[in-house]
This record gives sequence, structure tokens and C-alpha cells, in this order.
Amino acid sequence: MQEILKETSNPQLSLKLLEQVKLLAADYIKKYGRRPAFMEVCGSHTMALARTGIKKALLEHVRLISGPGCPVCVTDQKSIDAMIQLSEGDNQIICTFGDMIRVPGSKHSLMKVKTEGKDVRVVYSPLDAVEIAKKYPDKEVIFLGIGFETTIPVLVVALKMAEELGIRNFSMWFSTKLVEPILRSLLESGEVELDGFLLPGHVSVVIGKDSYQYLVNEYKMPGVIAGFESVEILSSIYKLIKLQLDNDINIINDYRSMVTDQGNPVALALMDKYLEPVDEAWREIGVIKNSGLDLKKEYDYLNAKVRFPVEVREPRKTKCRCGEIIRGLISPEECSLFAKACTPLHPVGPCMVSGEGTCAAHYQYMRED
Amino acid sequence: MNDKISLAHGDGGELAHRLIQDVFVKAFGHNEQAKFDSALLVLHSNRIAVTTDSFTINPLFYPGGDIGKLAIAGTVNDLAVSGATPKYLTAGFIIEEGFSMSDLKKIVDSMAGEAKKAGVSIVTGDTKVVERGNADGIFINTTGIGLIDDEMSLDPNKMQVGDSIIIGGTIGDHGVAILSARGELGIQTNVKSDCSILNHMIDDVLRTVKSVRIMRDPTRGGLATTLVEICDDFNVTMELYETALPIRQEVEGVCDLLGYEAFYLANEGKVIFIVGQEEEEKVLSILRQHEIGKEASVIGKVVGKDKGRLYLKTPLGTTRRLDRLSGILLPRIC
Repeated sequence: MQEILKETSNPQLSLKLLEQVKLLAADYIKKYGRRPAFMEVCGSHTMALARTGIKKALLEHVRLISGPGCPVCVTDQKSIDAMIQLSEGDNQIICTFGDMIRVPGSKHSLMKVKTEGKDVRVVYSPLDAVEIAKKYPDKEVIFLGIGFETTIPVLVVALKMAEELGIRNFSMWFSTKLVEPILRSLLESGEVELDGFLLPGHVSVVIGKDSYQYLVNEYKMPGVIAGFESVEILSSIYKLIKLQLDNDINIINDYRSMVTDQGNPVALALMDKYLEPVDEAWREIGVIKNSGLDLKKEYDYLNAKVRFPVEVREPRKTKCRCGEIIRGLISPEECSLFAKACTPLHPVGPCMVSGEGTCAAHYQYMRED
Repeated sequence: MNDKISLAHGDGGELAHRLIQDVFVKAFGHNEQAKFDSALLVLHSNRIAVTTDSFTINPLFYPGGDIGKLAIAGTVNDLAVSGATPKYLTAGFIIEEGFSMSDLKKIVDSMAGEAKKAGVSIVTGDTKVVERGNADGIFINTTGIGLIDDEMSLDPNKMQVGDSIIIGGTIGDHGVAILSARGELGIQTNVKSDCSILNHMIDDVLRTVKSVRIMRDPTRGGLATTLVEICDDFNVTMELYETALPIRQEVEGVCDLLGYEAFYLANEGKVIFIVGQEEEEKVLSILRQHEIGKEASVIGKVVGKDKGRLYLKTPLGTTRRLDRLSGILLPRIC
């Protein structure tokens, strides 16, 4: 297994593949007079494309556009503010993934709330939060559940564990997002011209290859499910160009070691048991119908939104252009705040602070000056 | 003797005296000097290096070391990379009430052993005990004094384009060992901390290699942060080759899982040399004669003398600018 893993990031193989991608892209440019444009819909791909240097190496050959794949970044500012306000309550322990802790709210961040003395903890798994609830039965333990289909099953496993152990001081604040509704919304808006999607490897492990058929049937849009190492990503980009050149509009599973046609039935069944579709607000995109999941009514006792409701004001507008960045309309360098007023230490928007944010990827991996 | 530290061990009275005699003097062996309020030292040098460091590591014992070993190696290494020969150390302890006496002895013995290996004497110290809850077990401060030879030729201003960047071995081992020993991440590895004294190995290099411009030990913030500081301080631009960085497979695995980069993870037994290219082979062969320098490698070059930037060359041939580690290392969420 180690050997296979080693091969997927093999530098010589990557270099050879890179040359092949460039050659094929040249064919495309010759045929259509412009670079092929693909969107990656997964924050981990955004990071990997920047970190490995693929995005930079292909700058002249393939237009790689980062999409709405970073769960923290696409979360509406009002929801972020609500979660921060929630954390200011007493007699409670707020548990969160690390990415949320420095995300700027309208007033301040969770980090600030923590510094002021509130009990805010970074955990690596929601199951740790259930353990904390078990350990502190006198405190209300609330987990901030943010994520796409990759993360949602893990959130649900924590709910199941709390339910089975009869833990009553644990609840979750859901702000989850689904991939299909946002892809549909992007395609229907017609704002970005795309030739295909680099589809998210991790999300696809859960939802399966077949779930993307609407892209082909309804939007005539090809997609390739990609892994995360340089060889895997380059292979998937190659296949995307090839699909377009051959006019073969299809979905290819290029991450077959992990992704099946049907996805993970156990995870999907668990999600179905606890959760139902809800309308979710996306940062500067607005509410998209049935674009998220939240707890079903019968699990109100696990639902932090029901148990600890908070009222927040409409957030004020800032100059941050995260909203345009997550829709693939501009690249971070086009934002006047990028790397000046907005840096990882002093982020103005979530795209700069999240480990999956496009601005963070460009700041960390693509700056020369 | 009680098997736990009590507040009385820090009150300057009988129990405090016994603690000093039975634990510290016994291990550090400075009976004569302990009779004065200060250690009286004779130094034969025109130039003296002084450094101080406090150690608050959690957990106190971890694969490859413990807080005692670290407290000696950390300060000895700071002296050694400054071109000084480490001679004397002081040791200050802040101990939490209720701390286990046998753990304290283990830590003190570990300090004594490491000091002996380094050839330094611990000449004076101090102990304070604080109420339960006011410290995390034990904190140690060590201050070190080293002598600088008149012939010592380190001069960072001589750094020039073409100079080689050499690292003494694999990077990120300490960071991963500690992360894994904390048990918070649900990861288990066999990686041991590289915590080690470096002064003898450095001494061997300095005795025969004349073109060493500067040395640093890349501890917190890792290799990248340390090199950014050198670039910034002396206005040189450097390029690191990603494919040349020595990284253990397990460390790489943890980085992949958690979204870390090994060059931002802490080391406690590594030294960076910036050295004239003509002597890079000589440095490598001296380092590789030492057990702790077996995996020494050339990892980059000085490429400019203007902007003060650090770049990383990726396997695909693109470059990327590296900054200091910013904020806490946070794992990604999906």
C-alpha cells in the first residue's frame, strides 16, 4: 500500500504526465482558440493544485478555476455570526473543527471568544465532543457541524453515539452543504464558462459516481472524479481534456481505489435516518432550495438550533470578495485586500483562513513576491 | 522522603534542603559550589555566549526524550550553533504541588546524563513549588554559558550566491512524536523525537571546515521558519528543493493526513549549515560519521543577495514562496 501511495506522488511520473497534459491542452487550444477551463469543486483539490505546483505549471495551458468547495468559506456570514454568538453563552463547551476557530465573524472570531475565557475547544473528530459531554455531564456540549457530504457521515456517527449512550447534554449546530445543488446553481447562473468539473474524491466516496449523471444528462457537462496526489490530479485533468476533445460528454471515475458507483450505502442510510434536506444560505449566493441537511424533527433534543436559539443581525458588508471567489468569478489576486489587508494572520474573509480556502491556497503556495 | 512534591519543598526550609541535597546535588554533583549563593566560575576567553530557554513541553515524557533531556539539549544546541563551546548551565525548576518525586528524579537524572554527554556542568539552580493547578507538572528553565574561540570564523555576512544549505538529518520528527504522544489526534506512530545534543558534531565540522557562514537549529516553526529568519535578517534569497528534503515516511504520512508540511514541524536535534559550495561534500562526510547525522543532506542553495526571500522548488519545477509558520497548526476539516 505504501508503495502505491508513493507512486501517486512520484516526481518523475508527475513531470512526464505534466508534459502529456500540456501537449493535449495544446491540441485543445488549437481546436478552440482558448485554454480548456475546468473547475475543482473540492477545497482539498484547491489546496493540492496549489501546493504541488500543478496550477502554476499549467497556467498557460489549462484554466483551473476554484469552486465552492471549502465548507467554511461557503457558509453564510449570518450563520458564522450565529455560531460565534452561540459560543458566548455560559455553562457550555463549544467544540469545533480547527478551521472555524479563526474565521472572522462580524464582531469577532471564536478565537477571541476563547481568549476572553469561554470554553471553546478544537477537536479532531465530533466523537471527541461526545466524549467531552460524557466527561462533563453538568455542561452543555455543542458541536459546530460544518461540512459537505465528506464530513456529514462523521457528524451523524457522533449523533448516533450520543443517542445510544443516552447522553442528553450533547447537541449539534448543523450548517452542512450538499454538492449537487450548488453545482446546479452555478451551471444555471451561467456566470462561469466551464468545460468540465474536477469532481471531489472524498465527497464521491460517500455519494458515488452515479450521483453525477445529471451533469451529463441535463447540462452536457463532463466530469472526472479525482484523487489528491499530483499523479492522480494530472491524470484526471488529462482525461477531462480528452473527453472534451473527443466530444465524449461523460463522468469518469478516476479515483477507483476509493470511489464506487453507488457510494457508501451505510453512510447514506445513516444520514437518511437522522437528517432531512433543508434550504441553506450560501455566502453571497443566497438561499438555495434543499442545499443542506439538518436534523429531523424527532431529534430536536440533539439540535442546538432548537435548544439554544440565537438572534443575529444582518451582517455588514465588507470589501472582502470571498463571494465572487467561491463562485469562480475572480481569482484571489483580483481582490484589493489579498495579501495586503487580508492575510492568514489577519483574515478579512473565511477564504483566507480556512485550510481549504482559495485565498489561503494562493497566499501560501502561489505567491512569488 | 515523601513521594510527592509538597509546597514545603519550595519554602527554603528543611524539606527544600533535602530536595536539593538528595535530588539535585546528587545528580548534578556540585556539592562545593552549592555552598554559595552564586556559582563562581573562571572563564578563559575573550568572548562568551549566553543563552536562556524555558521548557514547558506536554507530555513530559515522550518517545525519544523527556523534558529534562530537552532542557539540556535545547540550551546546549543554542550555544553550539552560535559557534560557542558549551561549558556551564543553570537550571531553574517550577514544580506543581503534588508532582511525583520519582518522575522528578527521572527528569533530573536525564538532565545529568545529557549534560555529561555534552560535557557541560550544571553549576547552579533554583526550585519553586506552586499550588496545584498553577503549573502543568513541571517547567524548567536553563541558561547556558559557552566560550567562543578567537579563531571562530562564522560570519553570516559572507553568505554568497551558490552557498549550500545543509540539514543534519530528517525533519519534523520531534513535532510528529509529540503530536502522537499527546494522543489527541487519534494517530499512533513509531516516530521518535530527534531530541539530541549537537555540540560534538558541530565541533567536528567547525574544526575542519572554514566556510561555514551560519548555523541554526530549527526548533519551533521548523526548517522553513528558521530559514525565513536567516533570509530576512541577512537579506539573502534561498531556494529549497522539495525533493531533496529528508523526511521519514511516517512523518510524511502524518503530514498527508493532517494537512501539515514537514518543514514547519519542530525539530530538537537538527542543525542547518550554510556553507561554501566547495566544502559541502566535506561537511556531509563529517556529519554522516555521527549517528545523528547519518541522513544529512544538501537541501538548497543561496540564490540571491537582495530580496531576503525563501523559495521552495516543487517537483514539477514551479517555485513557491515560504513564509514563517503562521498561527497554530490546524488540521483541515474534510
